[in-house]
Amino acid sequence: MNSIPHIEVRNLTMAYGEFVIQHDLNFVVNKGDIFVIMGENGCGKSTLMRALIGLQAPALGSVLYDGEDFWKVTPEEQARLKRRLGIMFQGGALWSSLTLAENVTLPLQEYTTLSARRLAEIVSFKLALVGLAGFEDYYPAELSGGMKKRASLARAMALDPDILVIDEPSSGLDPLTASRLDDLILELRDSLETTIVVITHELASILSIGTNSIFLDSETHTMINTGNPREAMTAGDPRVRHFLTRGAT
Amino acid sequence: MNSTRILNSNSGQWQLELRRTSDELLEVSCSGRWCLDQDLPLAEAVLDTTGDNLQRLSFSTEHLKDWDTGFLAFLRTLLSLCSARAISVNQEGLPMGVHHLLTLAAATPQQKASTHHRAQQGLFFQVGQAIIEFGRGAPEMLHFLGEITASFGRLIRGRAHFRASDLWWEIEEVGPRALVIVSVISFLVGLILAYLGADQLRLVGAQIFIADLVAVGMIREIGALMTGIIIAGRTGAAFAAQLGTMQVNEEIDAFRTLGISPVDFLVLPRMLALMLMVPLLTLYAGFVGMLAGWLVSATIFDIGMFEYYTETLRALKLKHFLVGLSKGSVYGIMVAYAGCLRGMQCGRSAESVGEAATSAVVTGILLITIVASLMTIIFYQLGI
Repeated sequence: MNSIPHIEVRNLTMAYGEFVIQHDLNFVVNKGDIFVIMGENGCGKSTLMRALIGLQAPALGSVLYDGEDFWKVTPEEQARLKRRLGIMFQGGALWSSLTLAENVTLPLQEYTTLSARRLAEIVSFKLALVGLAGFEDYYPAELSGGMKKRASLARAMALDPDILVIDEPSSGLDPLTASRLDDLILELRDSLETTIVVITHELASILSIGTNSIFLDSETHTMINTGNPREAMTAGDPRVRHFLTRGAT
Repeated sequence: MNSTRILNSNSGQWQLELRRTSDELLEVSCSGRWCLDQDLPLAEAVLDTTGDNLQRLSFSTEHLKDWDTGFLAFLRTLLSLCSARAISVNQEGLPMGVHHLLTLAAATPQQKASTHHRAQQGLFFQVGQAIIEFGRGAPEMLHFLGEITASFGRLIRGRAHFRASDLWWEIEEVGPRALVIVSVISFLVGLILAYLGADQLRLVGAQIFIADLVAVGMIREIGALMTGIIIAGRTGAAFAAQLGTMQVNEEIDAFRTLGISPVDFLVLPRMLALMLMVPLLTLYAGFVGMLAGWLVSATIFDIGMFEYYTETLRALKLKHFLVGLSKGSVYGIMVAYAGCLRGMQCGRSAESVGEAATSAVVTGILLITIVASLMTIIFYQLGI
């Protein structure tokens, strides 16, 4: 059994200048986890995500992928680690001058030597997985907000990443689409053994797909709970229970 | 009928075995690694020698070691080909995860308008389309002109809604902050004009008239023209980008839903700022150009500083200032109009913001050139 955690965060502190967003974060994401990062608005969830995916260096601490400290390895090794990640940004972050097919194709063209025919098959499959079959030639501006999110997920999955980091997957989606996206996340984890890190405060999603979680507190500026969110709902820190029950407890 | 066909990868990592156990049934057996980094077979290879009698297809994947999207894409195309040929497929032999993902991909029907293209068209088509679009855009330009006029009407009646702080901010942005670039360009243009004049006037021994050429040229025409072009590139593009971004973020829609005219709130301060600042910048550009001419004449062509000054005063008339200022004012209005028009017409994507900014500069310079020509003809006819 491999004892090295898939992702490990050690004593992580994130700050903007003197202002500390979160400090002393310690948690482990195991392979096959659907790891939920939750917390109130403005608590630093997205900042933590940026530290995890290499967009913002932490003030202190380490982010380790299979034992390799992302912020201490060479830029070339960082690039290699980044290729193992697929990111779905909150607003989609699709390239507006490219069609959906081109958006999904670009990472594949960059990192594989697949033929145009094979690329087209893969892109078509990825878009079909997120319910956008036939939208290959559409531009992002021609899509609704929910469709942009799903297209962004298709792009994030393009290279079959080991780790998918998804920022607010369900916000702005109708309940059926959100539930379908949750099903897809579960299926990706089960079928492709993808480890998934989800930043969200959608309770339905947290409770239906989350296998492990942390709760970032905006008052103490650190994590106050870790573990399965369903257990946290009944036995966790009172502030977490308050959050997960919409203030009912 | 029993036959077996085997396809192998060059690297020996995957194998595709096609067993025809009867006329109707084909068993597809996949083994080894079926991943994106492999040169996987095309789905057509499975069906290309099966003939018309094939009715059923099944899978066997006991020896499949590893798979990813490459395998899924292969299977999806194969399923689609089977569907087109009315071959029923038994997916039971596929790994559970593969089966689930294929089911998920098939859950949403294909968008019917899948032939939605922005196809490349020929040159003539594109030119024709550009002309038609310009024709369609003309009423929109006139409508916007009407909206601005109505907005100025409301301003005069004291009923236009905008914040004074926005006006002051725009004035600062388009005026004082443009001084450096206006100074540099005007100085260099004045210098070029002095050299150009000296070269020709030396032939007739009339170098002192460099002062006339530079003074009248800068104050009457070139100061306004250069300022107009600088402002079109600097401020016009900025206006279009600002309003375009607001259009993308639905900020302009928010004004409309609140019953606030976006033309009053956003366009009017920008128009006023340029109308107030461009004449001043024009005057400033004229003086900087004259200063450059003075320095060149005194240091390179040995014309006395006082002599040059006296000749400049003699050459300049009030009408030259009025012509220059009137042109500067009109150029300012043209640039503000073009920048705000293109910003308000902006689409909903980041790409369209860039297009709006480019279009604002092109439209602004085009309008300046047209207006400059018309005003020159009119002033000539009027003897001004």
